[in-house]
Amino acid sequence: MHPAYSVIFFTTASGAGYGALIWLAGLAAGGALPADRESGIALFLAALGLVTAGLLSSTFHLGHPERAWRGLTQWRSSWLSREGVAAVVAYLPALLFAAGWIILADNSGVWIWAGIVAAVLAVVTVACTGMIYASLRAIPRWTDPFVVPVYLAFAVSSGGVLVLAIAALFGTDPGLAAWVAAISVALAWILKLVYWRRIDRAKPVATAESATGLGSIGTVRLLESPNSSANFVMREMGYVVARKHAARLRLIAAVLGGVAPVLALAAGSLIAGYAAAAALLVALAGIVVGVLIERWLFFAEAQHAAMLYYGARTV
Amino acid sequence: MTSLSVSPGSKKLGLVIDLDICVGCHACAVNCKEWNTGGHSAPLTDEDPYGSEPLGVWFNRVHTFEAGSGAEGRTVHFPRSCLHCEQPACVTVCPTGASYKRERDGIVLVNADTCIGCKLCSWACPYGAREYDYADGVMKKCTLCIDRIENTNLSEEERVPACVSTCPASARHFGDLGDPESEVSRMVDARGGYDLMPEMGMQPVNKYLPPRAARKVTPRAADTPGKPQEAPVTTGSAFLDWVDRMLSR
Repeated sequence: MHPAYSVIFFTTASGAGYGALIWLAGLAAGGALPADRESGIALFLAALGLVTAGLLSSTFHLGHPERAWRGLTQWRSSWLSREGVAAVVAYLPALLFAAGWIILADNSGVWIWAGIVAAVLAVVTVACTGMIYASLRAIPRWTDPFVVPVYLAFAVSSGGVLVLAIAALFGTDPGLAAWVAAISVALAWILKLVYWRRIDRAKPVATAESATGLGSIGTVRLLESPNSSANFVMREMGYVVARKHAARLRLIAAVLGGVAPVLALAAGSLIAGYAAAAALLVALAGIVVGVLIERWLFFAEAQHAAMLYYGARTV
Repeated sequence: MTSLSVSPGSKKLGLVIDLDICVGCHACAVNCKEWNTGGHSAPLTDEDPYGSEPLGVWFNRVHTFEAGSGAEGRTVHFPRSCLHCEQPACVTVCPTGASYKRERDGIVLVNADTCIGCKLCSWACPYGAREYDYADGVMKKCTLCIDRIENTNLSEEERVPACVSTCPASARHFGDLGDPESEVSRMVDARGGYDLMPEMGMQPVNKYLPPRAARKVTPRAADTPGKPQEAPVTTGSAFLDWVDRMLSR
């Protein structure tokens, strides 16, 4: 599949934003973050800013962005529509949570409940994002049961690193929370490694023979493409990343996005002040780059069944 | 509504494509383009049409495949268009309701006035049947020529999709595949018509008729390797030689 930058940015940015909301609710409920006004503004600006930027960027690739509201109507059948509805609904409790924290300097009692509802809706929204892909049978590797857990795990882990880094900049040492974040990062990459292993070993679902129905005659090969230059389907679905490059990129992603942040978070938990903040910023930079590469590969490695009509042997 | 009807009608309009006699002339694709660029989904935009990298919206595309090898190998021309599936994933993924499957005859259509151009339907279609119009910002697809088949301004025999009306080899047939007595259904029964990629679960309505078994050609003595070359029997007349060859098959 063609790795469109708007979709990569949307899924990573809004994922981190929703993950940050989940962490803010969790930390507030655990009494681990003071309802400090300045840090509150920075934290919610980052969380809701990323969510909003992601959602806006996802409308940029639409042919008719001005009709985007229509996308909220078909939640009965469409995961994309469900994602849109969940995203819009999640703003209500998230803004209440932010208002209590920033305006009233209170993140306890009823405001925590707003945060918890926001966190639940954040999980629902990210799960819907994953289901958009996991429901597409035409892209067999995306229907893997690990797709949705991986989306959730990267949202939570990247959001956690983001929240802890900002909190550390405002003087809250991460302490134990850094270990929780490190475990969430490690868990996300373990899920991803399992997913990669599964797609590498998956048996083909469809073949050039089943796509044409000519398998009873023998092996099917494309002799002539219907068009001399590329068409829409080839542009959109025909992107193939070389296996050799994919293997190298997987390694780079796992080291920058997994190993480096876990080490930096471990270091951050042991030190305090700006040194801890610096360690957490290193962790944040690592996971941002790692998740961007991971998301790029998610698209670039996915093979679409329609390409069986354009020379692909199996998908 | 992009939810599929719980009580779809029995009528399933679709195409039957005979791979045995398609000659790969692309007339169906060209006539489809010609009709539809002025029809329901008009225009079918072309970008850089006379340049080195033309790109345009087509509802029909003719691929050519080789199947098998050696004497058993076949070259098969393979026209491909929307299959108007009974379980069309392209419809249920649509977030706006622009994609729909008509209850009365099963035709899958796009409402260009409400499509937001998110392209998810094209991702959901395993057959690559939908094509995005970059200029219009909406998705377009085969309409089974609803503006011909229901057009009372056309004579009765012209009320078939443009691809069917133009096929010089009569490799394309249009009819109600939900009616077991229809001509197309009988054709499917008689010839073993099949679904493309049934494993995708889309239950396509359009059916493909397989190429007939290759005619066994007995190799002539002169073609058989390892045998001593015999002087070919000739009558001295090209016509009589041909008759001889035909009769000795």
